[in-house]
This record gives sequence, structure tokens and C-alpha cells, in this order.
Amino acid sequence: MVNRPPAPLEPNPAPGSPLLSVRGLSQRYALTRGLLRRPAGSVTAVDGVSFDVWPASTLALVGESGCGKTSVGRALLRLVEPSAGEAWWRPDPAAPAVDLLALDRRALRRRRPELQIVFQDPVASLNPRRSVGQTLGEPLYVHRGLRGAALEARVAALLGRVGLDPGAADRYPHEFSGGQRQRIGIARALALEPRFLVCDEAVSALDVSIQAQVLNLLRDLQRGLGLSYLFISHDLRVVRHLADQVAVMYLGRLVELGQRGALLDSPLHPYTQALLSAVQRPDPGRSGERIVLRGDVPSPMNPPGGCAFHPRCPLVEARCRIERPELRWVAGRQVACHLA
Amino acid sequence: MSPAATPMNAAPREPAAILEVDGLCTHFDTEDGLARPVDGVSFSLRPGETLGLVGESGCGKSVTSLSILGLIPKPPGRIAAGRILFAGEDLVQAGEKRLRQLRGRRLSMIFQEPMTALNPVLTVGEQVAEPLRLHLALPRAAARRRAIELLTQVGIPAPEQRVDAYPHELSGGMRQRVMIAMAIACDPAVLIADEPTTALDVTIQAQILELLRRLQAERGMAMLLITHDLGVVAQNAQRVLVMYAGKVVENAPVERLFSAPGHPYSVGLLRSLPELARPGEPLATIPGMVPPPTRFPSGCRFRTRCPLARERCAEQEPPLRPLARAPEQEVACHFPEETPAW
Repeated sequence: MVNRPPAPLEPNPAPGSPLLSVRGLSQRYALTRGLLRRPAGSVTAVDGVSFDVWPASTLALVGESGCGKTSVGRALLRLVEPSAGEAWWRPDPAAPAVDLLALDRRALRRRRPELQIVFQDPVASLNPRRSVGQTLGEPLYVHRGLRGAALEARVAALLGRVGLDPGAADRYPHEFSGGQRQRIGIARALALEPRFLVCDEAVSALDVSIQAQVLNLLRDLQRGLGLSYLFISHDLRVVRHLADQVAVMYLGRLVELGQRGALLDSPLHPYTQALLSAVQRPDPGRSGERIVLRGDVPSPMNPPGGCAFHPRCPLVEARCRIERPELRWVAGRQVACHLA
Repeated sequence: MSPAATPMNAAPREPAAILEVDGLCTHFDTEDGLARPVDGVSFSLRPGETLGLVGESGCGKSVTSLSILGLIPKPPGRIAAGRILFAGEDLVQAGEKRLRQLRGRRLSMIFQEPMTALNPVLTVGEQVAEPLRLHLALPRAAARRRAIELLTQVGIPAPEQRVDAYPHELSGGMRQRVMIAMAIACDPAVLIADEPTTALDVTIQAQILELLRRLQAERGMAMLLITHDLGVVAQNAQRVLVMYAGKVVENAPVERLFSAPGHPYSVGLLRSLPELARPGEPLATIPGMVPPPTRFPSGCRFRTRCPLARERCAEQEPPLRPLARAPEQEVACHFPEETPAW
């Protein structure tokens, strides 16, 4: 086993070291059948995913339902146990990196405050019977031992940080609107001063004017606290606004990974091109060339051979049906396509 | 030349509206008092037209569509005022029996979530055939044949097999196609599409919107397209109503709305779109949030969030009226000449 972090993926990386280097992350789920839950094979939700997240930077992970993007975020935080891979974490460039996926439970618990998650649905992720102050106070009590006035002051500061009235601590989740609940979700994630947030469709359920408020909050927090984000989203319009790097996922594998500008302005993978062209632009005069893909995303239980995208690809060739393309560097980004 | 002939250079006369909503007020009794989610909404829809209805959660767009179809639960809801003229007939006065004759035949609807709108214990074919048997009295075998044709038209592969599938055996996009097949089965004059693509992935959304455009062009249906997504409206509607807190605040041709929005709320919505800002720059936001329908402010309901608000806005409700500079664009604002450019 390698016990030091890998070199950055970029051939000419920025100075410094990545905050998080993910290599070969895979996530398989066992399938069971019938009442007796007999094993019935497995489904590979994530298959050999590698990327770097840099300090104070945002990597957007983009893809459609079932592509495995949510599994990547949960596996990194070990909310599910990944099947394979490494995730080298280096919050302090002067200290050695640690592989999060190899930590035992105690070591993992010490690291937990550094990596947090914001969920899509703030209604489902907040306990309706606990006041906002109790929800935000719990991690501060458990991990930091805060209580009494010190705890209250910290909760009030957190609420202020996310743009809520500090008096909100005594109220319950149902008394807040969707956008305010998402702010509470963000405040909870910030309570232990993390370095890294997984934002799993964190603004997808919000109305556009509220979405703009929360996107601005995420931007301000990144600048103010030096946070890094893994921003999981299906919405390329939002991703274009806030990502530094973009990773496009299809059926468990990355198909294109690179800096936002290169990837979104001149996408090379036919799937990235189709995703971008499917965006409904708020400009009635400009629909652009629309590539409408045939068919649905295939089931990950039975993925197509060769390139997994080949049954829907407008450019498909004989080779694509047989040989799976690996990621390679083309024009400043990595792309997994024989024809790029 | 007969005197009745149309002059050669006159604009072609617009066809009469198939649906005309006039002063619609739908109210609900709630624990917090009277809620007025739709409060004086008027618009008209012509054959072949797609009218976009946009607004954020709680603006009243879905209650408007449910009112048109007579699907408001009574009590606690009721249509407190207004008329809904469908081909000249007032649906507000029509009885439940008459509404049942019209729904699914002349007026159809597709919803956001096809899994909850389809019956899980009936096959796709039985559900698509139901309106054909009910409204057109087709015998079972003929209805099944027609159902297969409809599934073909909405782009379902292998329709002869899929006709016997159950909803859970289909993907989200396929279920939405089934719902569209049901909705168009009896060749309706008006299709109400309430967030038809919101639950779908972007590549599937593009497929469904293309399908709706094609079906509409083939059949000359009028479509009321309800969505919170300004991109979907820009690419699919000819005219747009912007709703805020139970009122229509702007009614404009789609090009006008996106090039020169007339209401401060419309400007605020467009400015908050992430794709129109420079990457990394802060987005413009509308301060505050939509008030609950039991506590709408007096006068102009947008005034509590409006940069132009002043005394008159609290005292007097602004009517929807044509802009002097663009009469085809109607705006409900006392000071439309001051609306910021965007």
C-alpha cells in the first residue's frame, strides 16, 4: 500500500498541494433478491473516480440521476463505506496527508469536523422536534465541549454568518421558509469550522431568487473562510456560475474533467456536449444547436459494454461498442472518448 | 370584391381565444385566516399558442391551473369571483358532470410527477385507453389499438410490448411520455402542462419539450405552460405571464420579457439567474421572500421587496395595463417608466 499522497493529476499543477486527492474511488452495492435477501450480484455506482480538490476552490460534479455523483460525496465522507480507492486529505500543507478511506473509526471521528455535507432537502435533513439552537449546538457540545453562554454565543454567531437573525435559535424548522432552512443546513455544516463541504444538490430545490441568495452565501463563505466545495449538481447553469473545475459523470465513471472555462466553452466529450446543448437558455432568440439524445440512461445494474455512452452517442463508431475509452489528456482537460 | 373581404395589407386577425380567464379569485379558508393564492387573474389563450406562466413557489400558478380544471378541493377552497370561459362556456358555473365531460377530452393536463399521477396497479395501455373508452366510447380492442398508436406518437420504443407494462417498469421520462399520451388521447383543444419537465434530467427534459412542441404543431393545441424555469419559458412560449403573490404582474411577448422586462419583479427574477452573471461575481438578489397568502401586503404586493416602492404603492393597487412604449406588454406597476434596465 502506498502511504503517501499521489502527485496532482494536472501535468502542470498550481503551486501548493491539493486539499483532497481522490484516486480510484469505487462504490459497489450488493443487490439482494426476494424475502430471504439472497445475494443477486452487485451494482457499481462509482467506478474508479479520481480528482483533486484545491484549497478555497470548487469542483463541480455533474451528471444525471443514477450516474453515481451522490455516492461519490457520501463515500468520501464515509457515510457509506467505499469499496476501493484512496482519498488523501491535507488540510495543513506542512503536515503529512492522511488517507481518509483508510482511517479507523476513532481517527475518522477526529477528522469528521473538517469535512461536512449540505443536503438538497433541508426539510428532510433537519429534525422537526429540535429547535435550531439545539440542532446547531449539538456538534459544538459533542466535539468542542461548549455549553452555556459560550455555546449560545457561538450559535448566534453561526446564524449571523449565514444571514439569519440570531434570535432564530429558539424557533423550529417548520417556522422557516425553504431558503432559510437551507441556510440552517449550511450553518450546521459550518459549526465545526470545516475546510471542505460536500454540497449535494444544495440549491436545486430552491426558487430562483432564493437560489441566488444561497449561491451568494456559498461564495462569500468560500472567500471568507477559505472553504473548498465538492458541488454535486445536475444544473449546468449553476455550475457554470460557481465552479473552478468541472467533472462530468456518466454511469459511475468520469467522462470529462477539467477547468470550467475549457470544459464548458469547448466540451470534447459528446455527453458533455449534449448536456450543455440541452440547457434551456433564458434567451428566446438563441436556442443554439440542440443535440437531443435518444433514449434513457441505461441501468447501472447492466451497463453497456465498451463505452457506456455508446447506445446514446450521436458519433458512435464500431470501436466504441467494444473498447472502453480511458481518460486521457486532450486540450487541457481529461476526456474519455475514442473520438476526442 | 365583396365588402367583407380582408384588406390585403391588414394584419391577419388573431383567432378568438379558446380559453379566457377573467378576474379569477380562488380563496381558501385556513387556520391562519383567509388565503388568497389567486386574486384577480386575467389572461387569454388562443389556439396554437403556448402561454408561459412563471413565478416562484406560492405565486398562485398551480392554483390557477387547478381552478381552470375545476380541481380545487371545496371546502376549504372556492372560486370566489371571476369567469373561466372555455370556447365561450363559463367553467365556474358548470357543474361537476359537465366538467368531467370536458376534462381529459377538450381540456387536458400533465403534471410534474408522473409517478403519482399514474395509477400503479393499471397497465400503461389501460390508462391511455381509459379516456378513449370513457369519452369517445371506443370498444376495448379499438381503444387498445389507438393506445399503441398514441404511445408510438409520443416516442415510446416497442409500444406493442410497453402497452402491457406497469408504470414502475418505466423510467421517469417514459412515464412522462405515457402521461402525455393520455392527455392528448382525445385531441384536446387546451393542454395545461404544470412543471412538465421539472422532475426530469436535462437530456430527458429536452426530449419531452421537443415532443410537446411537435405535438402542438401537429394538432394546433393551445398550451398553458406552467414553470418556475425561465429558460424553459424562453425556449418554448410565445407569450409569458409573470405571477407574484396571486397577481399577474406582467403579460408580455417572450422576446419583450427577456429583452426589456417591464415589472421590477421580472427584472429581479432575470437578474438572479446564474447563467446571466459573470462566473464568480455575486448574483443580484431580490431581498426578502414571498409573503404567505394569508398576509399579502396592501396596495402593490411586491412593494415590500421592490427598489422603487413609495407611499402610493402601499395605498393603491396598480392595475395591469399596457406600457406606453410597448402596448403589447402589460405591466402592473405605478412607475413602469422607472423600472431599471437590466
